[in-house]
Amino acid sequence: MTVSALKPHKEPAPGMVEQRGLGLWFTHAVMIFGVLIIFFPIWLAFVASTVTQPEIVSPPMPLWPSDQFIPNYKKALFSGVNVPVATMLVNSLIMAIGIAVGKIVISLLSAFAIVYFRFPGKKMFFWLIFITLMLPVEVRIVPTYEIVAGFGMLNSYGGLIFPLIASATATFLFRQFFMTVPDELAEAARVDGARPMRFFWDILFPMSRTNIAALFVILFIYGWNQYLWPLLITTDPEMNTIVMGIKQMFPSGDDVADWPVIMATSILAMIPPVIVVISMQKLFIRGLVDSEK
Amino acid sequence: MATVELNNVKKRFGSVEVIHGVSTTIKDGEFIVIVGPSGCGKSTLLRMVAGLESVSEGEISIGGKTVNDLEPMDRDIAMVFQNYALYPHMSVRENMGYGLKIAKIPKAEIEEKVNAAAKLLQLDEYLDRRPRDLSGGQRQRVAMGRAIVREPSVFLFDEPLSNLDAKLRVQMRLEIRDLQNRLGITALYVTHDQVEAMTMADRMIVMNAGRVEQIGTPLEVYETPQTLFAAQFIGSPSMNVFETTIQNNILSIGDITVPVNTEAKGKVAAGMRPEHVIVDDNGPLSITVQMGEPLGANTLLHGRLDGTSDAFTISLPGVHHTVAGQVIRFAVDPRHMHLFDIKSGGRI
Repeated sequence: MTVSALKPHKEPAPGMVEQRGLGLWFTHAVMIFGVLIIFFPIWLAFVASTVTQPEIVSPPMPLWPSDQFIPNYKKALFSGVNVPVATMLVNSLIMAIGIAVGKIVISLLSAFAIVYFRFPGKKMFFWLIFITLMLPVEVRIVPTYEIVAGFGMLNSYGGLIFPLIASATATFLFRQFFMTVPDELAEAARVDGARPMRFFWDILFPMSRTNIAALFVILFIYGWNQYLWPLLITTDPEMNTIVMGIKQMFPSGDDVADWPVIMATSILAMIPPVIVVISMQKLFIRGLVDSEK
Repeated sequence: MATVELNNVKKRFGSVEVIHGVSTTIKDGEFIVIVGPSGCGKSTLLRMVAGLESVSEGEISIGGKTVNDLEPMDRDIAMVFQNYALYPHMSVRENMGYGLKIAKIPKAEIEEKVNAAAKLLQLDEYLDRRPRDLSGGQRQRVAMGRAIVREPSVFLFDEPLSNLDAKLRVQMRLEIRDLQNRLGITALYVTHDQVEAMTMADRMIVMNAGRVEQIGTPLEVYETPQTLFAAQFIGSPSMNVFETTIQNNILSIGDITVPVNTEAKGKVAAGMRPEHVIVDDNGPLSITVQMGEPLGANTLLHGRLDGTSDAFTISLPGVHHTVAGQVIRFAVDPRHMHLFDIKSGGRI
């Protein structure tokens, strides 16, 4: 089922105001103005990544791209400041995908347990998971660091990913979705001879795919944008992720910052989340609005 | 194909007993309809046979094997649910073959069985569609197909027609009955619709409040209802019941007396079906009509039985133009008079 609001339609949906003439121009003008305001800093960053260092530091700042695009990006990608940006991109990608996939797998399984099984302390476990919503990374960061350090996972992908993959939000979301799946479906599968895990794989998992896609997009961006945690546990520049890596590129003391390379890195850091959002846009929107029955 | 035996089956949810001991034997190939008002425990009973609910007490056996502790898949049953319970992301073909796929039956054989069932149910053209692209009747057929391909020994139906419109319901009723006849598979069918029960059942089980009121063929239940509940539940419009006293084979309503042939004495509940009323200008009983309902083939007249304050309905064949306030006199054939104990509701 697609959503009617997404289809082009000749008549405005009830509740929407029909825009004609001046009103139409006005709303478009406001929208374009808004987009320009949001887009301008990104444009500046892009311009800064295509010029030379002296051009940036001498006011006024250039507003149009220059010819240093290829050298700047080449330098950023393959040598960087501390470590090549390509390495940081790979690190970020592994971390973001690891967090997104890990969160989805764990949440799916725990929601499955909470909705479909009767076990002692079921309610308590649900509330325990739910309470962790109140404990974001920042609050529990010291004990978590202690544990990760104890396991010797500093400067490793495991250390970057595991502490962040428990997710009350995703568990709650899947729980809500599973509760809308009619009980008869589980019963029909039982009569058909499906054991619980089989039911999970064959029925529940495919039915949740739009929700999974929507969550993947959100969680990928969440993972990609992690700053504090990677900053804390990766001391080896080889393990830096790009979001924290940008900060590491600022020189301490009186050294001169290599602004064109830093700006090129910023632009590069934006690309993967944009690709994920655009490529999964359709599924993403369907997952948010449609429960696929 | 198998017999199903229920032996004093009880169900408790916590400390609340909802089924108070049901015993019956269902013969091989028989079509049994469990009928009763909502909340009488009929679905629970069916789900216990299916293995979806545990049995609190008593024993259920299918084909001579006690199945109390078996999973649904090991009971050799197939079930059709009220809302069809089709897997929304699978095609009709996959829906029908899913049980076989789990049973690890070779693909070619699944294909063959699904095709055969689809042909039987006239679903051939729809095999590659998703359930959401089908109409209610077609979905119902797919649910039936899913049950058929597994070649179970018992079919269980949980109000399968209640989501369909009236016309389709009549058609599917015939189809289900015909199919079960051809396949010769024992069937247990739950419904709250007494018309479905009357038309489909070899024997019906009338349930009320977790108890069996009567087990018998539709006509047995219609002609000799064993309890007041069965009498009023089966038959449409339902049986007229009024309180009377009987002395020396004379039934008296106010100062009107009607001879009956019974051993009952004192206060009883007398029942009379609307269609068994014999209109007779010299008849002893009469009603004052309050409202008429012309149905075409017959006309229902609602009113109060004169001499009592009880509502009374008469069903007359053909079209009658009656006005409110009109008095209709009628006689009763004593054979069509049902007498029940007022306290226990049992037949006298």
